[in-house]
Amino acid sequence: MSKTQKSNFITYGIVIAAYIILEVLMLTGNLSSHLKGLLVPMTYYAVIAVALNLCVGILGELSIGHCGFMCLGAFSSAFFSRATEQIIPTVPRFLMAFIIGIAVAALFGFLIGIPVLRLKGDYLAIVTLAFGEIIKNVINSFYIGIDSKGLHFTMKSAMDLNMEKDGDIIINGAMGITGTPHNANFTIGIVVLLISLFIVQNLVNSRDGRAIMAIRDNYIAAEATGINVTGYKMMAFTISAAIAGAAGVLFSHNITTLTASSQYFGYNASIMILVYVVLGGIGNIRGSVIAACILYMLPEMLRGLNTYRMLIYSIVLIIMMIVNWSPKVIAWRKKTFGGLNLISILTGKKKGVA
Amino acid sequence: MKKTGKIFSVVMASALAVSMLAGCGASQQGGSDTFKIGAIGPLTGGAAAYGNAVVNGAQIAVDEINEAGGINGYKIEYKTEDDELNAEKSVNAYNTLKDWGMQLLVGSTTSACSIAVSENTKNDNMFQLTPSGSAEECVKYDNVFRVCFSDPNQGIASAQYINDHNLATKVGIIYDNSDVYSSGIYQKFVEESEGKNYEVVSAEAYTQDNNTDFSVQLQKAKDAGADLVFLPIYYSDASLILTQANTMGYAPTFFGVDGMDGILTVENFDTSLAEGLMLLTPFAADATDELTVNFVKKYNEKYGETPNQFAADAYDAVYIIKAAIEKAGVTPASSVSEICDAVKGAMVQIEASGLTSSKMTWSASGEPNKEPKAVVIQNGVYVSAE
Repeated sequence: MSKTQKSNFITYGIVIAAYIILEVLMLTGNLSSHLKGLLVPMTYYAVIAVALNLCVGILGELSIGHCGFMCLGAFSSAFFSRATEQIIPTVPRFLMAFIIGIAVAALFGFLIGIPVLRLKGDYLAIVTLAFGEIIKNVINSFYIGIDSKGLHFTMKSAMDLNMEKDGDIIINGAMGITGTPHNANFTIGIVVLLISLFIVQNLVNSRDGRAIMAIRDNYIAAEATGINVTGYKMMAFTISAAIAGAAGVLFSHNITTLTASSQYFGYNASIMILVYVVLGGIGNIRGSVIAACILYMLPEMLRGLNTYRMLIYSIVLIIMMIVNWSPKVIAWRKKTFGGLNLISILTGKKKGVA
Repeated sequence: MKKTGKIFSVVMASALAVSMLAGCGASQQGGSDTFKIGAIGPLTGGAAAYGNAVVNGAQIAVDEINEAGGINGYKIEYKTEDDELNAEKSVNAYNTLKDWGMQLLVGSTTSACSIAVSENTKNDNMFQLTPSGSAEECVKYDNVFRVCFSDPNQGIASAQYINDHNLATKVGIIYDNSDVYSSGIYQKFVEESEGKNYEVVSAEAYTQDNNTDFSVQLQKAKDAGADLVFLPIYYSDASLILTQANTMGYAPTFFGVDGMDGILTVENFDTSLAEGLMLLTPFAADATDELTVNFVKKYNEKYGETPNQFAADAYDAVYIIKAAIEKAGVTPASSVSEICDAVKGAMVQIEASGLTSSKMTWSASGEPNKEPKAVVIQNGVYVSAE
């Protein structure tokens, strides 16, 4: 077994072990309902952190509009589920919702990637930010309804749908989609997380992955060796968008109200995901998963402190940043703990490599 | 050696994680001599004013009831949780309160959060009374009731009021289409306006991303000759609209709904511009009845500000729960589900009076039945428009 294979299996192992422990705790009734409610959000934030890490860490392009793809996945799949709730039984419907959510997010990832990936650095970050906002605002003005005459669509207002009396407005502008069936659960979340980990980790260790990382490390050198730069960039960006779409499907099927508002899909939400990625270690897939889980759980666990919790949350962010990245702290950690380095095992960091 | 060290540390890490999680086990079930009431709202962030008003208003009611001997002799225990205006966090807040042992819920404060939480209260069969969740779907389930008017009701009531009082011949609308509340009222208002004695001549939208300049929307309303502008929006945006309308010399009648309540408290806003502004609101802090005067005084003493309609709705919510529990005759020893079933049944029988209406009844659908009050601003205070 090679070193990277071993590292990959440790990642799967951590996820599966966490799943088993939590399931056992749940079955024996040792898990509070608060924590039970946090499990599914934790999985989808971990999934989108993995997706963003592919884009930021492996491809090396800073995207701060990734929640836009999550939004697309969430709305397309929730729309499908709401529209076919009475027609298709749960299991195939949810599976199809996944396929639709992922496909739509991937399609838009591809389309947006065409202009966006021509840019570099800061410019790319700004344009992805813009697209994230555009997606959110466009969806906010969608009105789609179904009645006996078929599908109605407008971007003006619900009255302009001209629905029959029996009609059902599925996407109602700013009110979004309500009543999405509650199909997502922890097991499905973990399965999605494992699949996305499998895809990303295998991609990284493949020929394509090495090409993508070559582009990240030196664009000109990669192009000079005959690597199709645009093609590989598009590939990584599209896969990243598709995985973000899967996170969106989980999101929309875990909560009954889905609105394209900034709390969930706006700029701040995208930055939050980026924080998970940066603190977990850029290019470090396992770290993203762990950071997403810890950082999502932290403000919730600090509920007892009321309004102070956001203050403490930000202090913890700073501390994590220092512990993870400061060269002096890394040296001190090595000196004190020696071979028994918890953080580097959990986050899979090699010695000397940050 | 290195390998065993690694394995050892992974084991240690998992042990640590397990002990952390196990500590969070659901242990609270006791305390059968108090009713445990929880409240949820955005206590931090942009909408904190609403959430804080709700939890503070409810707190005053809880204190009063406890001082007066509780509900059927049982005291109330009260706890609040923050949802940051985020439906996902609202569900987390609900679960936290459930672990605490909550038996009845006053919340969530806002519509989208309330809808998300109602899915969970339905599953747990817990009684939920939202003070201010006004979207139609908030009371979709039979265990959820509300204190405020629904958005559609406000739209319909506004249209009827304008019609019945011959306030206008041409109506312009400015609304926020990125907001659930605003677009909900707008939709119903336009539907209801069919066949009324006025005509909707312009309907212009804005979003939370561009809520600083309203000159285009106002100009369109002016060009269309609107003599009344309907503003189904919150007061902070409305204060800008009034200021900008004044600057461009446009002076129609402005008509708002309950979100307009609070416009006189906006900082740096020339309140003389609000003269003649009409609004439908269930609560006016300047009302002179004893209950309101008392409530406003207590709220002012405790929190240093004048309460708005959110606080009043929440205050009423606690008293409504009290009335329903007394009617149903349940004790805190009953399970959450038993309390819910009993209180649910009692809700349709009680007739409550409070700050937001002197007579409120409920149908099994969860909708309150109360008269909307229209007020007009004269000399810087609310005066009944009748």
